[in-house]
Amino acid sequence: ANSSRPFLSSHQMKVKVLSRNPDDYVRETKLDIQRVPRNYDPALHPFEVPREYTRALNATKLERVFAKPFLASLDGHRDGVNCMAKHTKSLSTLLSGSCDGEVKVWNLTKRECVRTLQAHEGFVRGMVVRFCGNSFFTVGDDKTIKQWKMEAPGYGEEEEPLNTILGKTVFTGLDHHQKEGVFATCGQQVDIWDEQRSSPIRSFTWGVDSFSSVRFNPVETELLASCASDRSIVLYDMRESTPLKKVIMNLRSNTICWNPMEAYYFTCSNEDYNLYTYDMRHLDRPVIVHMDHVSAVLDIDYSPTGKEFVSASFDKTIRIFPRDSGHSREVYHTKRMQHVICIKWSADNKYILSGSDEMNIRMWKANAAEKLGVLSPREREAVNYNQKLKEKFQHHPQIRRISRHRHLPKAIYSQAKELRVMKEARRRKEINVRKHSKPGTVPVVSEKEKHIVTVVK
Amino acid sequence: MAKISKKRESKKSRKPSKVTNKTTPVKPEVSYDDDDAEVVSEGDENITSEEEEDERKHQKLLEAISALGGKKKKKLAERSEAAVQMSEFTVNAEGEGDKIDLSDLIGTLNKTPAVPKKTKKQLQNLQTKNTIESPLSKQESERIQRDVAFQKSAAEVSRWTSIIKQNQRAEQLVFPLKQEPSGRRPVEKVVCGWKAQTPLEQEIFSLLSVNKQPINDPVLTPKEEASMRAMSLEDARIRRAELQKARALQSYYEAKATRERRIKSKKYHKVQNKAKRKEFLKQFDEMVKSNPAAALEELNKMELSRMQERMSLKHQNSSKWAKSKAVMAKYDGEARKAIQQQLEINKDLTEKLAASLNKEEGEEDEDVGDPEVLPDFVNDAETGSDPANPWMRGKLSAEPAEKEASDCEAPSVAMGNTEEEEDEQEVEETEEEALLREFDSRRKLRQSQESDKDPEMCVTDEEEAEEEHEATATDHPDTSDKEEEELSEFKSLLQGITDSQASRAEMPADAEPTQTSAPLEEGLVRIRTLEDIELLGQEEAPTDEAPAETQEPPSTQAPSSAPEKAKRKRKRAIDVKDVLTKEAKVIRVPLDPTVEDAEELDEKDGQRGLIKEAFAADDVISDFLKDKRKQEDAGKPKVVDLTLPGWGEWGGIGLKPSRKKRKKFRVKVAPPPPPRKDQNLPCVIISESRNSSACAHQVSSLPFPFKNPSQFESTIRTPSGRTWNTERTVKKITKPKVVTRLGAIIEPIAREDVMKDLMKNQKQASAGKHTKGHVDSKNKKKHMNKKKTVTAR
Repeated sequence: ANSSRPFLSSHQMKVKVLSRNPDDYVRETKLDIQRVPRNYDPALHPFEVPREYTRALNATKLERVFAKPFLASLDGHRDGVNCMAKHTKSLSTLLSGSCDGEVKVWNLTKRECVRTLQAHEGFVRGMVVRFCGNSFFTVGDDKTIKQWKMEAPGYGEEEEPLNTILGKTVFTGLDHHQKEGVFATCGQQVDIWDEQRSSPIRSFTWGVDSFSSVRFNPVETELLASCASDRSIVLYDMRESTPLKKVIMNLRSNTICWNPMEAYYFTCSNEDYNLYTYDMRHLDRPVIVHMDHVSAVLDIDYSPTGKEFVSASFDKTIRIFPRDSGHSREVYHTKRMQHVICIKWSADNKYILSGSDEMNIRMWKANAAEKLGVLSPREREAVNYNQKLKEKFQHHPQIRRISRHRHLPKAIYSQAKELRVMKEARRRKEINVRKHSKPGTVPVVSEKEKHIVTVVK
Repeated sequence: MAKISKKRESKKSRKPSKVTNKTTPVKPEVSYDDDDAEVVSEGDENITSEEEEDERKHQKLLEAISALGGKKKKKLAERSEAAVQMSEFTVNAEGEGDKIDLSDLIGTLNKTPAVPKKTKKQLQNLQTKNTIESPLSKQESERIQRDVAFQKSAAEVSRWTSIIKQNQRAEQLVFPLKQEPSGRRPVEKVVCGWKAQTPLEQEIFSLLSVNKQPINDPVLTPKEEASMRAMSLEDARIRRAELQKARALQSYYEAKATRERRIKSKKYHKVQNKAKRKEFLKQFDEMVKSNPAAALEELNKMELSRMQERMSLKHQNSSKWAKSKAVMAKYDGEARKAIQQQLEINKDLTEKLAASLNKEEGEEDEDVGDPEVLPDFVNDAETGSDPANPWMRGKLSAEPAEKEASDCEAPSVAMGNTEEEEDEQEVEETEEEALLREFDSRRKLRQSQESDKDPEMCVTDEEEAEEEHEATATDHPDTSDKEEEELSEFKSLLQGITDSQASRAEMPADAEPTQTSAPLEEGLVRIRTLEDIELLGQEEAPTDEAPAETQEPPSTQAPSSAPEKAKRKRKRAIDVKDVLTKEAKVIRVPLDPTVEDAEELDEKDGQRGLIKEAFAADDVISDFLKDKRKQEDAGKPKVVDLTLPGWGEWGGIGLKPSRKKRKKFRVKVAPPPPPRKDQNLPCVIISESRNSSACAHQVSSLPFPFKNPSQFESTIRTPSGRTWNTERTVKKITKPKVVTRLGAIIEPIAREDVMKDLMKNQKQASAGKHTKGHVDSKNKKKHMNKKKTVTAR
């Protein structure tokens, strides 16, 4: 074989030529993204932590820059907005009832009132849309329950309720069953009504004179919970003849809301500026105490994802709490917004609607810095990456400082400060008392247990 | 009133014997009933009927007297008041007022035969049972009710626990939870919502209906439906799977067959055929044992083929192809091989079977020793290409070695040589020289290290060199003697040069590069030789042959001169050990001498030289070292001298405190600090003092979910951006926790959906069990059948 080598070698001369496959670098269409070959060798991309830290810092700053949560104000009511109801089937419809008995139906996309009707004399106390979305119920100070059609009456027709039930006492709250034609009212007692009947199919009493709110569990649809004026929260089962259990707290709870994704958790807004999340199986101790408001909390609504909830307070602010956090992640306020009486989280998890004393309904973004509308894929990727960075570096002091900073009205700020001082003083005193008394005589009571008086079986 | 009186009476009647001894038998009786009202009523009674009382007393007295006599008279109860339960015959039972037990009544029943046994038993059962307790108060009963109801609903709610936990832990939740499956909807659904409206459509539909074509829901013709009904779904599935498998197997086989057929390699087919033949022979052996008749037939066939082969000239070298190959065989090894193989085939075929069976290995030997059939030159070539023949090998291997030497080394060496020479002639600057010297010394240093630590490499080098030397020797056999002489001279010369270089290397360190990082300067043996040659050229005119030979001396010398070099190393201005606080690790990298390196390095040297020129005045390295030492010293704990002169001793000018005292009052304040981080890093100073500006950006305490700092640090350290990760990884990492669809209403989680899924899973699980059971039973059946067959045999 070697003998033939010189002969072959003359033929085997190699010529090196640049050859590339155009598929590797040519786009199929001009709408495609340019293919960028990347070398992921870590040696080529040093300082990953500092670079990502800078990115996180910038993302946090930008988030604060773009945090403009207030979207619109719906005005038209002639008295304070006392209650609101979300439409069950349409995202753009909102119903509101005011203290003069007027009910308004709003179109949120157009931000205008679609329909106005005089539902009651005196306050409209409660309001709920039937699960089918074709009609809604209202209760008022005139001791009546009225069912209305969702569609506006035709030209020349009079605005009349489908159904009117005259009760014996004033109704203060109302809620509808998730799937059946059954609704519950509260007043002197908690009543369960069949839509077809004019008398309650069941009424629950347990030695209290008035209830302020009743809510059906949206998951375990036969369960209810109500807040009573004797500072108690009472649980019911629609199928049973007796209430289930009640817990008495230090101060009265105003409203209650069940978590729509987690069957046994509910949160109540309390007069003592706090909110309490309970596991309905263990009422003797709330799961979490949510603190931050500086005045009585008047209303609460869960986000439809069940991850967060929003609360409205007498201190003229709205706060958003993560379900599992003791402090709020967001606070909304405007100069003109007075005591916020009712609050709703829209069914698409995007907006928050608040009705307040000064006759306005306000629309807010649930995530203050979120861009509304459709995001392009690249935008979404960028948002996700920024979110991840913020999450990753959230414990770093500079980033935390920026992300936590909120401007508050002076009154609320000073009030919060004062409360902090008071709390600290109380804590200190307790410690001192414990220090100077016989060991074991002054037990340590946790914050969660402090607010519970007793559980009644 | 009546009752009371009666009671009293009964009591009286019961205990007359006890009371009789007492003088006032009645009064204590009365006071015995500690009821005030009764006492009062008694009083009233006394007042109203005093006469009666007297009579009764009298009577009693009489009775008592009579009782003393020992005889018990049956007394007659006296009806004194109106009572409901008084018998009209004034009959008073002895145990009046006592409760009547059930046993009293049943006692008689047992004796009466008329009562059936069943009732007796029932009655007995009744006897043992206690009375029913009184009902609970309303509050208590309600409370129990509530408790029970609560337990029930709590249990009901607890079913959600697993789902809730799962959702809480989920990396991503997509809302609304109930998503419609994406993709195409089945035809039935599309058709369902559509109605024929235009006349044309109606016409078509009427046609369809006439032809029994389905219009609505299941889009199946009656025939299809019938076929569907004919076979159950399971069966159909199994059958389809079987068919699919069969089809797949068939296609595999086909594909394999075609592939094999397409293989052009004759060798492959040959091997295949051989394998087949072997297989066949094996089978044949078996056949001889089991089926001799068939074996005989086969044998005949084989014999026939052998005969045919012998008759034909198919595999002889008489064919046209064979002749052409025979011509080519002189020049082409492959042709030779082909002929060989052809002959082998012939051999195989013509061989008698018995022989082939006995010695398959002997074929080749015989093959070679078959000179009659082969042409001479073929045989020659064959033997020539024999690898075992040292003569042939020697001749052939000489060529490539020569070529290699001539190809690779000579030109580069020549080029390098000429270039260097030119340089030398044009510029003879002192600095240039110094640089060269540096390089040289460095190289030597490295060489010595290598020779210390890498003896294998040296050996290989030597071997190479030797080989090459041999090659050159064989190339010029007539000049070999001369060359040897030259070589010895050259060796001695080189020794002298290296010594002189060593002495030069003792010059001031300013010109010395202190880059002690070895890895960069690897595989430069050849270049050194070039420079050596250069230096050599100053004294002696370089010959053309020299470059090829100069390779040898340094490499052979290396081990012997190692100690000398070590000494030289110590003598340098900046010693490595001075610079390094700890000995730097020498990274072993295999030598890979390349020709291009020389040029590149020259360029680099030029660059370095420039830089060195520019910063000639700055002594950066020693400054750095000073700095580092200063920092280290600053970190060390200092001894504080607290001695005060004059205390406890004489003091004054010229008097020093005693040693003892000094020792006593010298205090070491702090314990020695932990070892510095830059202890092992020679070129780095790591400041150990806290940086306040960086501190503002650092996390001061461990955040909540993390258990230890390393965990937290690792999460921070892993980058998540696109700069460091692939697109897919980034997407995975940055997946948001909650995803919602724009404009979609998110309904609360529904019991039906989730529970349905759960139910489905359970069903599947149970179904799985069921099928398993089924299989088991089948197996059992099989087993049974086997048993049966066994028994039948």
